[in-house]
Amino acid sequence: MVTATATGQPILELANIGKDFGAIRALHGIDMRVFPGEVVGLMGDNGAGKSTLVKIIAGNFRQSHGEIRFGGSAVQFHRPVDARAVGIEVVYQDLALADNLTAAANVFLGREITRKFGPFSLLDHKAMAARALELFGELRSETRPHHLVKQMSGGQRQAIAIARTRLSNARLVMMDEPTAAISVRQVEQVLSLIHRLKEQGVAVMLISHRMPDVFAVCDRVVVMRRGEKKADKPIHDTTPEEVTALITGAREAA
Amino acid sequence: MALPMESTISFTNIGKARWWQRGIFASQTAYVTLALLVLLVVMHIASPYFLTEGNIQNVAKNFSFIAIATLGVTFVIITGGIDLSVGSMMCFSAMITSMVMTALSTPGMPGAALFTHTAADGKTIVANLPGLILFVSILAGLGTAFIVGLVNGFCIAVLGLSPFVTTLGMLSIVRGLCYVVSNGRGSFPGGPDASYFYALASGDLYGLPAPFIYLVILALVMAVVLHHTTFGRHVFALGGNENAAKLTGIPVVRVKIAVHVICALAAGLQGIIICGWLGSAPANMATSYELNVIAAAVIGGANLAGGIGGPLGAIVGCVLLEVIRNGLVLAQVNSYWQQTLVGVIIILAVLVDRIRSRMI
Repeated sequence: MVTATATGQPILELANIGKDFGAIRALHGIDMRVFPGEVVGLMGDNGAGKSTLVKIIAGNFRQSHGEIRFGGSAVQFHRPVDARAVGIEVVYQDLALADNLTAAANVFLGREITRKFGPFSLLDHKAMAARALELFGELRSETRPHHLVKQMSGGQRQAIAIARTRLSNARLVMMDEPTAAISVRQVEQVLSLIHRLKEQGVAVMLISHRMPDVFAVCDRVVVMRRGEKKADKPIHDTTPEEVTALITGAREAA
Repeated sequence: MALPMESTISFTNIGKARWWQRGIFASQTAYVTLALLVLLVVMHIASPYFLTEGNIQNVAKNFSFIAIATLGVTFVIITGGIDLSVGSMMCFSAMITSMVMTALSTPGMPGAALFTHTAADGKTIVANLPGLILFVSILAGLGTAFIVGLVNGFCIAVLGLSPFVTTLGMLSIVRGLCYVVSNGRGSFPGGPDASYFYALASGDLYGLPAPFIYLVILALVMAVVLHHTTFGRHVFALGGNENAAKLTGIPVVRVKIAVHVICALAAGLQGIIICGWLGSAPANMATSYELNVIAAAVIGGANLAGGIGGPLGAIVGCVLLEVIRNGLVLAQVNSYWQQTLVGVIIILAVLVDRIRSRMI
């Protein structure tokens, strides 16, 4: 595993990001850089500010202070769709799937492919199913495009949510607890999905509580506590014990 | 970008669902359709009058009188909402249509001169352009429905009020307006175009009642919209997981307003058709029809929790209700039993669906 840290331009740069909710300071002075093809683990206890940070990058919230630079230029998102437009995709913890629709329909939700029939534009079911099957293939997932999500396993659902990020040429994929609620075998699948993204030069931010997962796929780990960044280390320079100590505050900084 | 495939994807543990476990066959609609067919056979055996042409036409016409509104409310139900104002809406649209038609045909009323003139005998009123009055009055009725649907949609989607409470309020508001505008007396369509109106609403074509023809056309359009357009896809997504719909960039507010407008328009059109058949728009017309309409949708398989439903189910639900009503009449059962039986069927239909979903 080669860390891309030394080479190239960062895809995402956060400078002094802060977020206040009334009197509560949820984030303070976060500086961070993520490079193409790099998998960064974002760790921290509940309330450490991980989700707030992800939501700011994804366009759900606006930061109170600081600047976000994406692909070299400063960006300001008003809605999640804005972030998606520049190439930031998020796999939400609840995956944001509609159970009553098929896998293909979910992959293309909000970005349906249509064909013109005279003045009407109708859904192109065939094209969507074919593209979805291709994406599931790339992710090595046994998911049939025309099956209902209702009947699918956690791993298959995860694959759909990740396949969604591959529709456009996403350059940064953030995953919020992708392995929290699935079986051991499915965790393996998700981690290999993350490897596929990395191979394709996509930067991945993995938000997770699960130490083994972070150490299995990440190149770098960022630890947050009480809204501040406490550590930012290459994964081979640290240990699960050290990270645990940083998360709990047994060690102040590294 | 695409990787070379290291291995073809194999579905080792996923079998193909059997034909009766997927698609339309696995839906409540299929079960209710089956129940309907059984009922038709039973009715045919029980009563020699049931399958006569006259009775079938009667049944077809009667269920068409609630089925168009049911199509509309099905849209709302699929998004996970509800519209209780359909009954009042039917009445209000019918009344506006009828009043505008009468007003435009009465010399001396504002605007009437544009549409009519008096014939040489000084009494007969002649339309300047036959059909124009009818067109304008139906447009007025539907326009009213459009505005009410817009208000419903705005309150629910933008202000975030509960659909149940909003449309319950609207039920009362619109019904009240029916009494206000007609002073409680109702209205009768009149004037030179009234005969066209009656022909369009209660005539028939090759033996098919006109309302039934409108119903079939609208149901086909609805099927295409729901299953083959982006809008339809978004309607289902909204009912399946509203949060997911928001996060994936679906214009949730616009879709919600649109389904309420569609629902109100369908109810309005339904009211106008009923008015043309009745020959009047009494102020208490279609009172409590919202219950029949919602019941028909639910019996036909639309899920009040959202995400499931379609035009076939809506129609099957309406046919089932009407066949039962018709059957009770033919069997000379006291007609007061009808409402009780409708309630029993609603619960049965939902129960069968629950049992079925546990079995699979």
